[in-house]
Amino acid sequence: MDLLNHLALGFGVALAPVNLMYALIGALLGTLIGVLPGIGPVATIAMLLPTTYALQPESALIMLAGIYYGAQYGGSTTSILINMPGETSSAVTCLDGHQMALQGQAGAALAIAALGSFFAGCVATVFVAAFSPPLSELALKFGAAEYFSLMVLGLLGAVVLAHGSLLKAIAMIVFGLLLGIVGTDVNSGVTRFAFGIPELSDGIGVVSVAMGLFGFAEIITNLEGKEKRDIVAAKVKGLWISKAQFRAAWPAVLRGTGLGSVLGLLPGGGAMLASFASYALEKKVAKDPSRFGKGAIQGVAGPESANNAGAQTSFIPLLTLGIPENAVMALMVGAMTIHNIQPGPQVMTSNPTLFWGLVASMWVGNLMLVVLNLPLIGMWIKLLQVPYRILYPAILLFCAIGVYTISNATFDVIQTAAMGFLGVVFVKLECEPAPLLLGFVLGPMMEENLRRALLLSRGDPTVFVTRPLSLVMLLMAASLLLLIVIPNIRRRRADVFAEEA
Amino acid sequence: MAVIRHPKDFYAGLLFTGIGIAAIVLASQYQLGTAAKMGPGYFPRGLGMLLTVLGAVLVVRSLRIQGTAIPPWNWRSTCVILGSVVLFGLVVEKLGLAASTLGLIVFASTASPEFRLKEAVLSGLFFALLAVGVFIVGLKLQLPIWPIWLASNGQAPAWIS
Repeated sequence: MDLLNHLALGFGVALAPVNLMYALIGALLGTLIGVLPGIGPVATIAMLLPTTYALQPESALIMLAGIYYGAQYGGSTTSILINMPGETSSAVTCLDGHQMALQGQAGAALAIAALGSFFAGCVATVFVAAFSPPLSELALKFGAAEYFSLMVLGLLGAVVLAHGSLLKAIAMIVFGLLLGIVGTDVNSGVTRFAFGIPELSDGIGVVSVAMGLFGFAEIITNLEGKEKRDIVAAKVKGLWISKAQFRAAWPAVLRGTGLGSVLGLLPGGGAMLASFASYALEKKVAKDPSRFGKGAIQGVAGPESANNAGAQTSFIPLLTLGIPENAVMALMVGAMTIHNIQPGPQVMTSNPTLFWGLVASMWVGNLMLVVLNLPLIGMWIKLLQVPYRILYPAILLFCAIGVYTISNATFDVIQTAAMGFLGVVFVKLECEPAPLLLGFVLGPMMEENLRRALLLSRGDPTVFVTRPLSLVMLLMAASLLLLIVIPNIRRRRADVFAEEA
Repeated sequence: MAVIRHPKDFYAGLLFTGIGIAAIVLASQYQLGTAAKMGPGYFPRGLGMLLTVLGAVLVVRSLRIQGTAIPPWNWRSTCVILGSVVLFGLVVEKLGLAASTLGLIVFASTASPEFRLKEAVLSGLFFALLAVGVFIVGLKLQLPIWPIWLASNGQAPAWIS
C-alpha cells in the first residue's frame, strides 16, 4: 500500500524527537497567541513566522503547522470563555459555546471542541494523504497556460466564496498582485516600484504585509470599541463530558468532519466556510432547531470539527497545486519560499520527507493539542483575565521584535507600520484584506506563468482558451463570477422596481 | 449634481484608481516589450489598467447605490500604536532591548482610554525582563540589552552571541 508507506515515511520524520519538540513548541505558542482576544490565526502565524527562520525546512513547516492548529484551538477557547472571537472561523463557536459556558458547561464545551477537532484531524490527515498524490500527478501535466488559468480560478474562487463586496475584493487582489511584484524582476533584473529605496529591491516581506494588515489594524480597530468581555472562567470545572452529551455530539462531529474535509478543498474554503456550513447543517438536521443559540452541544461539536478538518484539507491545494486558497495558506507560501521551497506538485517528488513529514505532523499536532489543553486550560483562562489594555502593548512588542529580527532592519518595522496604516484604511472602507494577501503571494508566479505561456504561443492570447484544461478552468472561474453577479442584478432590478412602485 | 451615496465605495474606488494610475505611470518607465516577449513593464501596466477600471466602476457605482457612512477614525490611537512600533525599530539598536521595550509598552499603552501610568510602567518592566530573557538569553538574538553608551564605557559587553 502506497498510502501506508507514505504515512510511515511521514511519521518517521514527524516523530523524530527534534520535530516532535518543534511541533510541541508550535502548538504551545500558537495556542498562547491564539487565545489572546482579537488576534486571529493570520496575525498569530505572521507574528511567529520569524521564529522558524533559523530551523531546517522540515522542522520549520512542522512548527508552523503546529502554530496554525494551536491558533485555531486557542481561538475556540476564547470564543467559548469570552464572547469575543479572535477569528471568523470560531465566530460560530461563540453562539452555542458561550451559552454553554454561561450555563456552567464550559468544561464540556471545551472538551467536545478538543475531541471533535482531534477526530476531524485524524480523518483529514488520511484525506490529505490519499488525495494529494493523484492531484499532484494531474498538476504535473500543467503547462504555464494552465497554471495561469488555475491562479485566475483560485483567486476568483477565493473572493466569490468570501463575504463582502465582490468588486472591492477583486480590486484588492489586483492591488495585492501589484504589491507582489515590487522588487527585482527575475527576468530582466530591473527593480520595479522601489522608489529608490534599496530595501525594497528584495520585495516587500510577507510577514510585514500580513502582520500590518491583520495584526496592527486589528489592534487599532479593537481599541476604538469599548472593552466588553464577560469572562466565565470561574465556572470551568473539569474538562469532561457526560455520556448523554457524548451521544448527542458524536453524529455532529462526523457530519462536521465530512463537510469540513470537502469544503476545505475549495478555493476560498477552509476553516471559516466549513464552520459556518456545518452550523447551518446541524441546525437543519436537528429535531429541535430552537435549541441552537441557547447552548446546543451540536452547535459546538459540528463547527469545531468542521473547521479543523477544513483547516487541514486546505493544505491540499497548496501542497499539490501550489495555490493558496485562503490567507493562512498564503502565509504558508511565504514561509515555504523563505526556506527555498517552491510550493507545487514537485514538492512531493523532490522533497518527500518534507511533504509526508508535514502530513504526519498534522496528526501529531492535533494529538498534542488535546494533550496540552487538558492540563493547561487553567493557564489559558488566567491569560484571558488579563485586561486588553495590558495585552495589546505586549502583542505589539512581540510583533515589533519579530519583524525587526527578520533581518535586524529598522526599515522592516517601518514597512510593517505602513501596512498597518493601510490596513486601518481598508477596515474603514470595508475592504477585506485576505484577497490582497492572496494576490500578494501569487503576483510573481502569475506574471512568470503569463510570460511563459505567451512566449510559447508567440504572443497569441488564445492559448488560454485553446488548451482544454486551461479553458475548463477559465470557464469555471467565469461561471463562479456569474453565480454571484446574476442574483445581484436581479436584486438590483427588484430595487429599481420597488423604487418605481 | 451627483451625490455620493456610498462613501465607503466612493473613497475605496478613488484609492484604487489612484494606485492604478500610479502603477501605469511607473510601469511606463520600464521596458514594455510585446506579448510574446514581455518586458518588466508589461504585467504591471496591465494590472494598473485593470485596477484603474475597477476603481472607476466603484466610484461611478457609489453615486447610484446606497451605503453606510465611513465610521469615525481615532487618529490618536492609530498614531500612537504605529508610532510606538516605529520608534522601537529606530532606537532598539542604540538604547538596547530593555529600554526600548519599556518605552514601547508605556507609549503604546497611552492609546487605550483606560490608560494608567503606574500599571503601564510595571507591565513595561515585566515585559522588558521577559523579552531579554526569551529573545537574548533564550533565542540568542543579536540585540544589545543595554544602551550602547553603557557598553562602550568598558562595562559588561552588551552583545551576547
